[in-house]
Amino acid sequence: MTTSETMFGRALKRREDPRLITGRGQYVDDVRLPGMQRVFFVRSPYAHAKILSIDTSAAESHPGVVKVYTAKDLPATPVPCGVTIPGIEQKVPNYPMIASERVCYAGQIVAAVVAGDLGTARDAAEKIQVEYEPLGVVVDVEQAVAEGAPLVHDEIPNNISFKWNLSGGDINAAFSEAEVVVKQRLVNQRLIPNAMEARAVVGYFNQGTGEMTLWDTNQNPHIIRLLISMLTGLPESKLRVIAPDVGGGFGSKIFLYAEQLLVTAIAQDLLVPVKWAESRSENYLSTAHGRDHVTYAEMAFKRDGKLLGLKVKTYANMGAYLSTFAPLIPTNLYGTLLSGVYDLPALDCEVYGVVTNTVPVDAYRGAGRPEASYLIERLMDLGADELGIDPAEIRRINFIKGEFPRQVVTGMTYDSGDYEGNLNKALERFDYAGWRQKQEEARKNGRYLGIGLACYIEACGIAPSKIVGTVWGGGVGLWESSTIRFHPTGKVTIYTGSHSHGQGHETTFAQLAADTLGVPYENIEIVHGDTGQVQFGMGTYGSRSLAVGGTSIVKSAEKLIEKGKRIAAHLLEANPDDIEFKSGSFSVRGSPDRSKSIGEVALAAYVPHNYPEDLEPGFEAQSFYDPTNFTFPAGTYMAVVEVDPETGNVTPLEFYCMDDCGRVLNPLIAEGQVHGGVAQGIGQALYEYAVYDENGQLLSGTMMDYAVPKASQIPSMTTDFAGVPSPSNPMGVKGIGEAGAIGSTPAIANAVMDALSSMGIRHIDLPLTPERVWKAIHGK
Amino acid sequence: MTTITVTVNGKQYTSDVEPRTLLVHYLREHLNLTGTHVGCDTSQCGACTVHMNGASVKSCTVLAVQADGAEITTIEGLAQNGQLHPLQEGFWEKHGLQCGFCTPGMIMAAADLLKQNPNPTEEEIRHGLEGNLCRCTGYENIVRAVRYAAEKMAAVPAD
Repeated sequence: MTTSETMFGRALKRREDPRLITGRGQYVDDVRLPGMQRVFFVRSPYAHAKILSIDTSAAESHPGVVKVYTAKDLPATPVPCGVTIPGIEQKVPNYPMIASERVCYAGQIVAAVVAGDLGTARDAAEKIQVEYEPLGVVVDVEQAVAEGAPLVHDEIPNNISFKWNLSGGDINAAFSEAEVVVKQRLVNQRLIPNAMEARAVVGYFNQGTGEMTLWDTNQNPHIIRLLISMLTGLPESKLRVIAPDVGGGFGSKIFLYAEQLLVTAIAQDLLVPVKWAESRSENYLSTAHGRDHVTYAEMAFKRDGKLLGLKVKTYANMGAYLSTFAPLIPTNLYGTLLSGVYDLPALDCEVYGVVTNTVPVDAYRGAGRPEASYLIERLMDLGADELGIDPAEIRRINFIKGEFPRQVVTGMTYDSGDYEGNLNKALERFDYAGWRQKQEEARKNGRYLGIGLACYIEACGIAPSKIVGTVWGGGVGLWESSTIRFHPTGKVTIYTGSHSHGQGHETTFAQLAADTLGVPYENIEIVHGDTGQVQFGMGTYGSRSLAVGGTSIVKSAEKLIEKGKRIAAHLLEANPDDIEFKSGSFSVRGSPDRSKSIGEVALAAYVPHNYPEDLEPGFEAQSFYDPTNFTFPAGTYMAVVEVDPETGNVTPLEFYCMDDCGRVLNPLIAEGQVHGGVAQGIGQALYEYAVYDENGQLLSGTMMDYAVPKASQIPSMTTDFAGVPSPSNPMGVKGIGEAGAIGSTPAIANAVMDALSSMGIRHIDLPLTPERVWKAIHGK
Repeated sequence: MTTITVTVNGKQYTSDVEPRTLLVHYLREHLNLTGTHVGCDTSQCGACTVHMNGASVKSCTVLAVQADGAEITTIEGLAQNGQLHPLQEGFWEKHGLQCGFCTPGMIMAAADLLKQNPNPTEEEIRHGLEGNLCRCTGYENIVRAVRYAAEKMAAVPAD
């Protein structure tokens, strides 16, 4: 419903860019405060060990050192897990912010050194002597649950923190009716999120005011403030968390880590500003990793391709401790999406949350949904192959069709979608038939092209409190809030609890508000990422900003307009019920010439005289919006790859995306979100892997060893949008932040297997590196 | 401490630095030019790319003392007389950035690429920027931004 007058749907370029392209952004590591000291953390080189002693004396006497900390010098604050899944037993190991007795992963913090500059702090840190007694190590989930495996925590038998089930339909009947069953063990490998800005925290405790200020690379500063307040007793009124320009997050900056707690404690102790900024190698050893599932899956079909049932048993590697949202990821963000876009009659899903001597695993772009999508879409292709049905056709046979909203076997209620229409458009625009021909011709010339498709679905707009807080076990609701403040001159400041770390809310939220308030876009400013300015907020993850945070802005605007009607009625000497609001103007019904602009109303609201007694001065409104359902973006992604059988090298040639993210507010930004997600998904499919050796040492410990894709490794992409508006919010939006990372991995993997199918290869685990592909081709 | 004299964005500075100080830390910590970023510790990411005597370098791989006597241009010095460089304009027009963290280095590397190859193909751009990582954009719009700048610079020859 874009018109020449509305901002909704316009590909506006971003207003945050001028500062970022001229080097004037303000990231946490750019914060400079007078007298600021640097913190360096000493981390365990062992994946599992008892700490016998720590000798800091040489470090303390190192010139320039301000103070050295070990656990004995600091409060025993735990790093919390924020999720307790109802109805199951969840064993949560105690995670001290600084280890004193035992370390459970390589990278765990054992000491901190503070000095005037980082070089001095590092030099001194090298003089700290820690005596360790190494213990048995487990890094692999299947080995971890085996009889006799070393225990990561003595109180967690078999290293199983929790077991979770989700079932629906009659799974036994489904499998007894089955004519074809495909089975596969699938590894969804461990990934490192790699936001280009690593984490950093600056802390300053002002003794005069008693106020603690933290600048934190974070996606949800209010959640961080809340957790730190609860853990330390610092009242929220005296704790301000600022997440300024943040250089990407992808989930990894949602969480409360040991470092935020330690910087808070050290700043309170030293009474001077302190900064910690991690190096990339440190980031790999301390910032939450993603994925890491081993899954045994079976999919049952009728001979005609009709899907009957899905059995899934997943071992999810949680790492050494349960991070903030960790238990949600392999359970409610994974199992509940296992119906995909298909009419699945029966599901049985069993998930084991397993602790190992590795960096904790938590949400990474898509968080559970990429794992579900990869599993379903690989099995659909295996089924198609087994049944001799074209991959597009087997999907068409099984799509959910007809009326929405539709409850599926997982219990989720899909809001809206046209999965078959989406596939059909994708096949046509991508020229699937044409590519099949080209593939055949290439084969005659000895070239191995592969065509892969994946039809993903995800649950976004992560709220509704009723489900997330209670059924899922988040323990807290996930609404979003906003405040719209009109200034007397008619300029507007909007405070949002959503957070932008690349998504461009300063632009898109202003677009949205310009339409709703009828105020020029230029007159609206968006403020986010500062608990000292923004009332409260749940932050940005789960592709929730527009669907939840954006809707909150619409709701605040509605409240404001209601008040504006009463002010206008007073100014126009009319009855409030007779006032209409349109395009920024309040007018008397039937007399459009009797009107006041919203700017005039704002001024009147701040300089009131002769106001009726029941009318309060001021022009500001706040809302807390909690949707009733998730949104369910879905789409069809298609890939063409070429495999070189001599080297095993896979070259992605073409990538096509057809996304249904509902209505699109800013196509330029939506497209950019898809591009970035796809690159991360291709990274998972072909390049990226966080590898531990059997001693728990991270072998892919630097950017030299962990393959973040380069420009030359990513193909050009075509994006398309065919949205079915979501009924879950008034704008009909669904979310687009994670789609790319969810649909692209299976599309690429399916394309590679398609290229190799004539060699009898049905599956290779991710990432599809030249070595793995070559070994599969050559039967090694 | 060693004394160095460096011209950065047209302004001359004389500073005492520890010999082990990296150029990027000198720019950020001593000169407060925080537009140049540090994204890794192994010279992979290119977020710290600046120009030294007209050529792009990763300033995490150059010691400050090696820059003694050199002319350095950072992202803060790229716009001239309040006019954005065509690459800055291209990144803005084509949505070539999201979080913006890699952007200064990416723009500085692309400027050097265009100097050496004023009319690069998509493939040449992708290979030319291999030393710079971006996690947000999937590079698609970065390629478009560099093409935009190449076309703009071709239309208005530099004087």
